[in-house]
Amino acid sequence: MKLPRIRFEKRLSSPRWLPAASLLVGLALAMLTIAIIFAALGVNPLVAFQRIFRGGFGSAYGLQETITKTIPLLLAGVGLTLAFKGRMYNIGAEGQLLVGAIFATGVSRLFPDWPAFLLLPAMFLGGFVGGALWAAIPAVLKTRFRVDEVLTSLMLVYVANEAVKFLVYGPWRGSDTRGFPITDEFPAAAHIPTLLGTRIHYPTLIIAILLAILIYLLLTRTKLGYEIRVTGENPDASRYAGMDYQKIALLVMIISGGLAGLAGMGEVAGIHFRLRPPEAISPGYGFTAIIVAWLARLNPLAAILTAFLLGGLLVGGDAIQIALNLPAATVQIFNGVILLFVIASELFNQYKLRLEV
Amino acid sequence: MLEFILAAVRAAIPAGTPLLYGTLGEVYAERSGVLNLGVEGMMIMGAVSGFAVAQTTGSAGLGILAAAVVGGLLALIHAFASITLRVNQVVSGLALTMLGLGISGMIGKRFVGQPLTARLQPIYIPGLSDLPILGDLLFKFDIMVYLSILLVPVLWFVLYKTRIGVTLRSVGENPSAADALGVNVTFVRYSAVAFGGMMAGIGGSYLSISYAPAWIEGMTAGAGWIVVALTIFAIWDPPRALLGACLFGGVRVLQFRLQPLGISPNLLNMLPFLLTILVLWLSSGQAAKRRIGAPAALMTAYSREER
Repeated sequence: MKLPRIRFEKRLSSPRWLPAASLLVGLALAMLTIAIIFAALGVNPLVAFQRIFRGGFGSAYGLQETITKTIPLLLAGVGLTLAFKGRMYNIGAEGQLLVGAIFATGVSRLFPDWPAFLLLPAMFLGGFVGGALWAAIPAVLKTRFRVDEVLTSLMLVYVANEAVKFLVYGPWRGSDTRGFPITDEFPAAAHIPTLLGTRIHYPTLIIAILLAILIYLLLTRTKLGYEIRVTGENPDASRYAGMDYQKIALLVMIISGGLAGLAGMGEVAGIHFRLRPPEAISPGYGFTAIIVAWLARLNPLAAILTAFLLGGLLVGGDAIQIALNLPAATVQIFNGVILLFVIASELFNQYKLRLEV
Repeated sequence: MLEFILAAVRAAIPAGTPLLYGTLGEVYAERSGVLNLGVEGMMIMGAVSGFAVAQTTGSAGLGILAAAVVGGLLALIHAFASITLRVNQVVSGLALTMLGLGISGMIGKRFVGQPLTARLQPIYIPGLSDLPILGDLLFKFDIMVYLSILLVPVLWFVLYKTRIGVTLRSVGENPSAADALGVNVTFVRYSAVAFGGMMAGIGGSYLSISYAPAWIEGMTAGAGWIVVALTIFAIWDPPRALLGACLFGGVRVLQFRLQPLGISPNLLNMLPFLLTILVLWLSSGQAAKRRIGAPAALMTAYSREER
């Protein structure tokens, strides 16, 4: 059987504009594909896209909500750019986010009388530690026992999900909650301040942007960052060069888990002021963060922009759910298609493709 | 006590069936050198399309067929991305799962809450089904259960004793050697990945057509990921896939059985996922000891120019 073959020719040099152009073309094709899927499922894609855009970016309220959702996406996404650069496929950021939320809640319960200037930093630290520990499990299993981190980090998402449910249905269920599976409200000192009249908990946003810059500098300006990049591009070469693969793998996982944990802390202490069931804390921020990282081509600074875009998509997704009566999973179509086209478009930077029939 | 064990075994077999279908398919896909992390997405699409077709046509058989076709088509997306375009297999599979979860939610919305009218009936096997104890235990399932178990020796035979199997394994172990011998590496890999997708689709349809039988959004609930783990546990071997599916079917049953004892259902729900991690851990040690492991070319794209 003779199939048409696509031949790859390695590019010897590529024009400067190429990466940006291929990404844009990839995104345009992704949108076209999503439009076709929507049309096939009986949803007018033009109406859907317009609603999403208006919902996420078209009003002051929409923008506020988009920025609110940018915060966890940016924190988790920046962490993932680092992990993926070091070729650790941490796809369990969602679980690390939830464990961060658990730890932050735990700190607020341990020290309810502390003033805000002590309690909030302690809770951020708790969130970081929780997420880092959760990510350390697949990291240690990978480095010491060569267990695939993709599966273990993902399995731990399900475990974290059940852990949150266990706590809010069981030992941590509040006394004033009229039977709802939620904890009591955090003490006032454990509330992250928000911009007046919005849900934007700006200290977390500032932390997220600072961390994006910091991780960018770490990757591009330090020896450690260089080692991470070499390890990610060519693990064998890094070993020959005497770099400590185990240390690097563990480090990138711990940092990426810690940042996801900070995101979880931000959600419980900046938005909900209590621990709630997992689906209420996160509509899958940890998974969308994977798209944030890849769409940013693993550049932590670019993640600021991509987190904002995907934050808008989440807000817009909520809007079309209500307006067009679509299920919550609809946004996943965007996630999947965008991810496919983004990784496919990267090829064109390295290769010329020729079709041979 | 005996009653308890018998009931548990009887419940464990159908609980493991969707995992068995999925794992057998993924074993073949990975034997060709392609890791497909899209199993969860293909299974959930199989579940929704199987239910939709069975409900609309009134035929469970057509539903299962549709699920196989849909699973296979989805797998072709991954095949195109990972084999032809040679993109990162982990990310492509992950994208496929997201896509499947999203589309299934949209398709399934109008079927939520509907009981399935076209049920699969348990098969009565004269003689066997009438046996005391054993008859109740092993011979009162529907056709999909028997088919999945029958597929184990068949797929084992094809993999190790036929030309197709040799070709498949050679492509997964050493694609350039296979290519030099005139094997169309691309075609073999596409076929294996598509087969894996069809099996995942069938496994998903078992959930919505026989096990539940209803459509619930996100009803695979991680089963597809457990399949990927079971493939490793099975050391890419069909008979061990059966063992793994039974093990996880048993755990699922244990979950329900332990609940009346007052253990939190949330803690019990962690069991299959913790067990998966444990199983992966143990299989990694085992593989290292016995020097057997993944197909050598797993996760590497093949191109004639760069060999």
